[in-house]
Amino acid sequence: MSDKLKLLRQFIKGSMLLYAGAIISTGLATIVSMISPLIISTVVDSIIGGKLVELPAFVENIISSIGGREYIVQNLWICAVMLVILAIVNGLLLYAKGKWSAIAAESTSRNMRDKLYDKLQNLSYDYHVKAETGDLIQRCTSDVETVRRFVAIQFVEVGRAIFILTIVTIVLFRLDTTLATASVTMVPLIFIYSFIFFAKVKKAFKESDEAEGRLSTVLQENLTGVRVVRAFGRQAYEVSKFDEKNLEYTDITYELIRLLAKYWSVSGALCMTQIAVVLILGVYRAVLGEISLGTLIVFNSYIGMLLWPVRQMGRILTDLGKMLVALERIGEILKTPDEISSEGSEKPLIKGDIRFRNVCFEYESGRPVLKDLTFEISEGSTVAILGTTGSGKSSLVHLLQRLYDYQEGSITIGGVELKNINKKWLRQQIGIVLQEPFLFSKTIKENIGIALENPNDEEIFDVAKTASMHDAILDFEKGYDTPVGEKGVTLSGGQKQRVAIARTIIRNCPILIFDDSLSAVDTETDAAIRKALKERSGNVTTILISHRITTLSEADKIIVLEHGKVVQSGTHEELIEREGLYRRIWELQNSLEDELELSHSQKL
Amino acid sequence: MDAFTEQEYIKRFDWGLWKKLAKFAVPHKKYLIILTVLMVVVGATDAVFPLLTKYAVDNFIMVGQFTGLLNFAVIYLFMVILQGVTVYFLIALAGKIEMGVCYDLRKTGFKRLQELSFSYYDKTPVGWIMARMTSDIQRLSGTISWGLTDLVWGVTMMLFVMVAMIIMHWKLALITFAVLPGLAVASVYFQKRILASYRTVRKTNSRITGGFNEGIQGARTTKTLVREGRNLVEFQELTGEMYSSSVTAAILSSIYMPIVMALGSIGTGLALWFGGKSVIMEIMSYGTLVAFISYTVQFFEPIREMARIFAELQYAQASAERILSMIETEPEIVDSNDVIKKMGDVFSPKVENWSVVKGEVIFEDVSFTYKDGEKVLHNFNLHVKAGETIALVGETGSGKSTIVNLACRFYEPTKGRIMVDGEDYRRKSQLWLQSNLGYVLQSPHLFSGSIRENIRYGRLDATDKEIEDAAALVNADRFIGKLEKGYDTEVGEGGGRLSTGEKQLISYARAILANPCILVLDEATSSIDTETELMIQYAIQLVLEGRTSFIIAHRLSTIRSADRILLIKDGKIIEEGNHSTLINRKGYYYNLYTNQFKEERQAQILRA
Repeated sequence: MSDKLKLLRQFIKGSMLLYAGAIISTGLATIVSMISPLIISTVVDSIIGGKLVELPAFVENIISSIGGREYIVQNLWICAVMLVILAIVNGLLLYAKGKWSAIAAESTSRNMRDKLYDKLQNLSYDYHVKAETGDLIQRCTSDVETVRRFVAIQFVEVGRAIFILTIVTIVLFRLDTTLATASVTMVPLIFIYSFIFFAKVKKAFKESDEAEGRLSTVLQENLTGVRVVRAFGRQAYEVSKFDEKNLEYTDITYELIRLLAKYWSVSGALCMTQIAVVLILGVYRAVLGEISLGTLIVFNSYIGMLLWPVRQMGRILTDLGKMLVALERIGEILKTPDEISSEGSEKPLIKGDIRFRNVCFEYESGRPVLKDLTFEISEGSTVAILGTTGSGKSSLVHLLQRLYDYQEGSITIGGVELKNINKKWLRQQIGIVLQEPFLFSKTIKENIGIALENPNDEEIFDVAKTASMHDAILDFEKGYDTPVGEKGVTLSGGQKQRVAIARTIIRNCPILIFDDSLSAVDTETDAAIRKALKERSGNVTTILISHRITTLSEADKIIVLEHGKVVQSGTHEELIEREGLYRRIWELQNSLEDELELSHSQKL
Repeated sequence: MDAFTEQEYIKRFDWGLWKKLAKFAVPHKKYLIILTVLMVVVGATDAVFPLLTKYAVDNFIMVGQFTGLLNFAVIYLFMVILQGVTVYFLIALAGKIEMGVCYDLRKTGFKRLQELSFSYYDKTPVGWIMARMTSDIQRLSGTISWGLTDLVWGVTMMLFVMVAMIIMHWKLALITFAVLPGLAVASVYFQKRILASYRTVRKTNSRITGGFNEGIQGARTTKTLVREGRNLVEFQELTGEMYSSSVTAAILSSIYMPIVMALGSIGTGLALWFGGKSVIMEIMSYGTLVAFISYTVQFFEPIREMARIFAELQYAQASAERILSMIETEPEIVDSNDVIKKMGDVFSPKVENWSVVKGEVIFEDVSFTYKDGEKVLHNFNLHVKAGETIALVGETGSGKSTIVNLACRFYEPTKGRIMVDGEDYRRKSQLWLQSNLGYVLQSPHLFSGSIRENIRYGRLDATDKEIEDAAALVNADRFIGKLEKGYDTEVGEGGGRLSTGEKQLISYARAILANPCILVLDEATSSIDTETELMIQYAIQLVLEGRTSFIIAHRLSTIRSADRILLIKDGKIIEEGNHSTLINRKGYYYNLYTNQFKEERQAQILRA
């Protein structure tokens, strides 16, 4: 509990003063608004004249300074004006409260959101691979909203409620002890009832939520599966399925509403009973002359002010409970340790000679992916990697960018051990294009230039041409300014890959890695892109992971991976001479005719 | 998608719309009347309490005696109980009406959705429909019950109070009411601005959610591009905007309240001044003054509420428009009245009048253009004999899916006609054709429920044994047997608890159970593990036996075994025949086949 509150304090830190201000001004506003009934009662007494009322000394001073009772009676407008002035002052105080509590609450939520976003960006690659997007989003949005709502409203309300309760109780007791005691008799009862009730009602809310969830599921499945529904002609069946859930939800939620109805009517009746008690007792004592009419009126007005916050307390406490749960969920993200991306002290000039020596790597312990991997890539060369599924090709890529760190062995770039190189520095030197690249929902131009501070148009057009994408982009309605994603155009797999290629090569990294990133592009375009790449950046060390023979065969060196180990390496000419995976793939082309004949005769 | 940018609120008050909505309130007429009565009672009781206070002051305190105080106490308590009971029934009844209207709207909406054609689903995002059916309907029914309740309560109470005040002392009442016009103007002015400012806040909120979404989904890419810093800066711009627009909205609200209170206090002040003078001049009793003043206070309170409720009604109107637009959409493919009379409609079919479907399908000079103008087929002709297996092969967008969709009557030809068993299928009911269809989708779609229930979807009256037999035929029983609860295992939302391969096998079992006369198979493009692959290929062969089948084929084994292969390009059949005929022709099909063959084999090798 205490660490949750510590977390809350962290967010609220800058705004404590504002909150204090808000609570004070709302407290003052309440006091001011309590003075109005006093004025009315004083006026009533003055009019009555004969009955002397014991007013606080400073009020008597005010009255005499204005000119005494007689004067006021002749000029009642003074009281009217005072009422209005008080209302204006009250209004200003409420305005201050509204403004300050809003600023405090919005600063707090802004703080929360920024911190969450920052943390998410800095968490490790592994975290994001395993994370559930939906869950994270819920924490960043609805949980933050729950906390925000509480600190925006309830926080100040609690302060105000405590303030009012204290002051009103004091005032009432100062006025008349007996009546005051009678006034507060029911308060604890109302409070306890309120509290117990809202604890119970939580369960009903949960059931209603769940029923709604079930209803939504039926609806969603029906809509996304409309083809199946129609193809089997199950419209009538779906209607009855939906109706069942619809009815269930309706009934459950109606029960919830009835529960709430019970609460409001009972607590309302309890409050009114309290008021009745005060009134009747007050009348009794007023008739007996033990209290003045003015006092009775004050009690009558104030008692309402006392009871309303008590009624609200139950709800406030429930909201507090919800808020703490939300806070905990947010805390879980913030507690996760960062990826220390500033780890690694060296920032060597990277030219691109890479050496793997006896590297062993596993994502989870007990399941090694790379076993004793050894190979060399010389500076400026183009190396192609061919591997079976699960041979560890992608892990290579992850290791090179230090998205994961290897457990055993050594990887050096330019002679410097990879583990000593600063992560961010390293990543800036290595460009990766993945098979299914992620594009940001910005324009195509912005996407291509995204890694640069101030990309100019020429650079962008240039790389787009290299990636064979320039003409396709111009074909779009808005050209380079076409937004990508939901609100704009949905790019095909091949187009996405080309944009990703463009955005990577614009960075002019000394090392480029293409992880099967031309798979959605046809062979001619594949060759064109690679040719353009070579022309543009001839001495960039390039690593191509692919299973297209045309791609593989043009590389300076081909490495064949199987089960995390290098099983073959050499040029195309060398490898087709040797028995192995590479030759088998290559032979597919030639032996096709025979295969066809075979399968054909099999059918006959 | 511009048609779907959310329109938050409509300025004019649309009477026609509310009249249409009123129809949904009609079945709850009885409750509405009782509700109105209750509201009047509550309003009245609220108004009575100050009167009781006045009575007490005048008759006990002023007179100086308390005979009858006990009776007074009893009456007061009686009023308290009356109010409590009325409030209970008020809330419960309003709730009943709200839930009732909600239920009806949802039921009607869902039924309509079952009737709408695919062209509607093509252009309407699922998310949009979901929002209409869930939050819009909720908001609307909430407004119809509570909003109107509050409105009537507020208006009733204000009327009562006004009347009471006027009766007590009409001159004083008029003086007090002098502030009303000012209040009304202020309310209207502010409410509009406050609503607009909250609209901005909500929009920024969606953008922040979008920002989080992107930040999370793109986190890995961000790392490789080393863009953490700049992403944060961009995000902070968003939160900064959120901050300013939220504070603006809050400040507006904070100004509004005090202004209203100040105006209200002017009214009270006036009452005090002139009322006081009247009492001094002994024109009015003290009790009356006391009551009058509490009425004044009571009067000005609902005005704030009224302004808020009008704003809510405007919002509700926007929701209502969207819901009604969905409910009133006419389906594109309709059976004619004659057909409905003879064969029944989608919800109550007259199966006894149906002829048996044999499965001969003829496309006669069919042309088809999608709603957005995309022309797909032009004078397309095809004759499929009953029981024939047709494989449709071609690039994406060549028209294969369209042909199949037309055959199933999910769309109708723009020109020409399609005949099933020798008769234009528009002369028969949709359900006649579609209930004799079996459909296996590219990516299998299951419903949440048990495996058994999902297979039973193929034929609702199937026995458990028949279901298990169907599963056994496709070798699905093997994996089902390994599950703890077997056939009663829950598949999860959308079938999420099963693997893709398992889901596919269940879809095949479902299709077999349906025992359709016409089968449509939209093959998956990517293959799963070899073992499941083999089982599925076997299942496919089984399922194709003896029925007219249309396959949008991707697997070579499926294509090879078809009776007739159609190569579709740009909506035309460019090659037609069986596998060996087409291979020997060494044309398009040959190229397609060899390329795919290479890829399939390569994938096999690499999967080693």
